[in-house]
Amino acid sequence: MADVRRFLYINRKAPYGTIYALESLEVVLIGAAFEQDVSLAFLDDGVFQLAKGQDTSGIGMKGFSAIYRALGDYGVTKLYVETDSLATRGLTLDDLQAITFEDENDGYTEKPSIIPVNKAEMAKVMAEQDVVLSF
Amino acid sequence: MKFSILVNEGPYTHQSSDSALQFARAVLDKGHEIYRVFFYHDGVNNGTRLTVPPVDDRNLQKRWSELAAAHALDLVVCIAAAQRRGVLDEGEAKRHGKGEGAANIAPGFRISGLGQLIEMGIQSDRLVVFGD
Repeated sequence: MADVRRFLYINRKAPYGTIYALESLEVVLIGAAFEQDVSLAFLDDGVFQLAKGQDTSGIGMKGFSAIYRALGDYGVTKLYVETDSLATRGLTLDDLQAITFEDENDGYTEKPSIIPVNKAEMAKVMAEQDVVLSF
Repeated sequence: MKFSILVNEGPYTHQSSDSALQFARAVLDKGHEIYRVFFYHDGVNNGTRLTVPPVDDRNLQKRWSELAAAHALDLVVCIAAAQRRGVLDEGEAKRHGKGEGAANIAPGFRISGLGQLIEMGIQSDRLVVFGD
């Protein structure tokens, strides 16, 4: 497709309290087929979506945190995490699950998908987009 | 300019649908084009014909249907989100064995996939999101 646009999906909500996180993922997975330039942003309570060790057995809901680790296979390799949101919630990058992708432009070397950014850098990421979908 | 609109919240609980409707009217009044309106999350509940708001309140589904009829708008309800929340057209009602007459999609709305959301992001000059 000649017209490649920069899509940013902004995730601002905790994963199971509302359906936004799950349905945002569904858009990302469908959208991957359109071969656009896709980035994901995680800020506010959205940083909890990437927390490691999630176990939903106690709440009777299907867990979906493993899907984030598969995003690289869909060509979704840029996951911007806002570090102020982490710090505010007592989290560090070590509390997030490891998410990687195989870089086809670099001999399929495994590289981290999570890109930590501060607020100013996140604003810059947003300003560079063509389409911003906020969930 | 070519606009598309994403409505992410249900009617009445949230202002999203009202604001989107007023924005859509303003866009059309100014002579711009609306490529598509896509309803996602609880926004799909804007597209059920079974809502019966009090007579002294606005009927959002009716307002959307009327606007669509007047301007040939493409109102699309996400199929996955709609199935979760019980918004069905004839085909879906039959496919899921929900019985005769179970279809509740409102006039002017159609049910389709998330690809329609991505596509409108590609085809429009501006995609405006109304949500929480």
